[in-house]
Amino acid sequence: MSETRIDRRFKALKAEGRAAFVTYVMAGDPNFETALEIIKGLPDAGADIIEVGLPFTDPMADGPAIQQAGLRSLGAGMTLKKTLELVAAFRQTDDETPIVLMGYYNPIYSHGVDAFLRDAKAAGVDGMIVVDLPSEEDKELCLPARQAGLNFIRLATPTTDAARLPKVLANSSGFLYYVSIAGTTGAAAPSPRDVANALTRIRKTTDLPIAVGFGLRTGAQAAEIAKIAEGAVVGTALVEQVALGNSDEDKVKRVLDLAREISAGIRSVKKT
Amino acid sequence: MAKLNSYSTGPDETGHFGIFGGQFVAETLMPLILELDAAYEESKNDPEFAKELSGLLKHYVGRESPLYFAERLTEHYGGAKIYLKREDLNHTGAHKINNCMGQILLARQMGKKRIIAETGAGQHGVATATVAARFGLECVVYMGETDIERQKPNVFRMKLLGAKVVPVKSGARTLKDAMNEALRDWVTNVEDTFYIIGTVAGPHPYPQLVRDFQCVIGEETRRQLMEAEGRLPDTLLACIGGGSNAMGLFHPFLDDETVDIIGVEAAGHGIETGQHAASISGGRPGVLHGNRTYLLQDDDGQILEAHSISAGLDYPGIGPEHSWLSDVGRVKYVSATDTEALEAFQLCCKLEGIIPALESAHALAYLEKLAPDLPKDHIIVINLSGRGDKDIFTVADALGVEL
Repeated sequence: MSETRIDRRFKALKAEGRAAFVTYVMAGDPNFETALEIIKGLPDAGADIIEVGLPFTDPMADGPAIQQAGLRSLGAGMTLKKTLELVAAFRQTDDETPIVLMGYYNPIYSHGVDAFLRDAKAAGVDGMIVVDLPSEEDKELCLPARQAGLNFIRLATPTTDAARLPKVLANSSGFLYYVSIAGTTGAAAPSPRDVANALTRIRKTTDLPIAVGFGLRTGAQAAEIAKIAEGAVVGTALVEQVALGNSDEDKVKRVLDLAREISAGIRSVKKT
Repeated sequence: MAKLNSYSTGPDETGHFGIFGGQFVAETLMPLILELDAAYEESKNDPEFAKELSGLLKHYVGRESPLYFAERLTEHYGGAKIYLKREDLNHTGAHKINNCMGQILLARQMGKKRIIAETGAGQHGVATATVAARFGLECVVYMGETDIERQKPNVFRMKLLGAKVVPVKSGARTLKDAMNEALRDWVTNVEDTFYIIGTVAGPHPYPQLVRDFQCVIGEETRRQLMEAEGRLPDTLLACIGGGSNAMGLFHPFLDDETVDIIGVEAAGHGIETGQHAASISGGRPGVLHGNRTYLLQDDDGQILEAHSISAGLDYPGIGPEHSWLSDVGRVKYVSATDTEALEAFQLCCKLEGIIPALESAHALAYLEKLAPDLPKDHIIVINLSGRGDKDIFTVADALGVEL
């Protein structure tokens, strides 16, 4: 596979000696224009990689905050096509920051896998995380995505044991997303020590950069993770700011303010 | 369409029936599903497991259930001979317990301490709470708020049986959302929890194992009809939500070419209104709740809310094996509306002295289109999958009667 924006970003950060700040926001939440404002503002607020949530009616691995974000977005008329338009609009002003689509398989399957890969690539998407496609279903999307030059980023979890890990890693690229707790998004915070032990185990099998997520809410928590991983992912806490804001402007401001705070935490950790 | 040598050998080693089925779940659950598959395969070769299950089905569930010749329904339609497979007479009042009994034995064999389940009408919730009580295991049942409102007697039954009923407030607050919430619970409580899925859907191996535990319905029917009539049935009829009662009746007959097999989906207010639960008649293939199957969905692949007067059929999907049987043409899938089911419900009460579940009434409703024109020696077997005591409030409401 040729180098993607994701590969370049992790390489640059390694040279810089710090971990990546990976942000997650829901496409079209609370509406297309405001979501675009948020995504455009994230790189300046310190985001190194942006995960864009592809809304789905039945997000079985998400907690209440991201469930509600998805429903707000669908309620405002968001679709897969418009999600790709959002990415394309972002790309007009930013050709560097990697964009990863994160969601569930059915909207992609419904659009058609080949058409999706073509359209996603054209829009400027770099990779994807599809929660309900484990390695058992690699033929569906993972292998075609690789073929199309897009990173298929896999989740590893506390239940992924040493015997299973090579299978999970086999066709993944870009980075590995380590889900730090058994649970849904936005659940309890992980214990840094458990995460460190898990990462030590995983590194025996892969050289891919590892980003850790699920349950990170603050700059301090993200800094703990930045010491031991190549990236820290924050989603639910940012998405909650969209719900809390009392106007579209306020929503944008709240998300970006929190992103700046978390980014400062991650940037405070220097690695040799 | 080219005929296959056998229709009963699925799923393949990857858990697929043609393009349907599969294992579309989050990575957190994947190791658990593989563990379940291994435990299930082991149990199949364990004579002790089979012996214990069959003992419990006989002495606790009350099997075998009668195959009853419905003389007055037969007279009423004036055509084919109608038999009812009386799953309504099982302990807890429906076929659901056949599967729950099998799964709770698996849970115990795997050393799991906590049982979770989703429920729509509450029949699967009650059956799960029942077996959990019987084996002394903690039980949590997820149920949509809308369903809790329309199935109050079953909610109270579950509580009496010691289960915790958790109201689900997401989405349309019905069965689909209850299943999402049960999956979220399972993702969170991976160590000690066993998820008893109530229908022939979900990630592999669930569609297969639920089917296998329900096949007792068809196997008994085959034996009983052989005793009563000395031959196989001509037509099998069953209602379909997820499709476990139907699969249990159909599967042992799939390779008998002379047997016509018909599944009846819930057409709600009518397929043309969009307010229905008929996934095959009104949906297209998609991926939800761990499997690829026919789903009600919009152009963007977002799942649509189903509608049926029967809470047990109110689901936007169907078991993957049914999707395959439809595509290969072995089983014919038709539908009955709320109104047709209500009429059949009342007719069965009046003519046979049997109050059927509203779910089963959908199968009964199709008799009107099928039975009158068939010869008198044509034998139809209908799966009377459950009893209708739980539905009397819904029916009273629909008929404008105040209780």
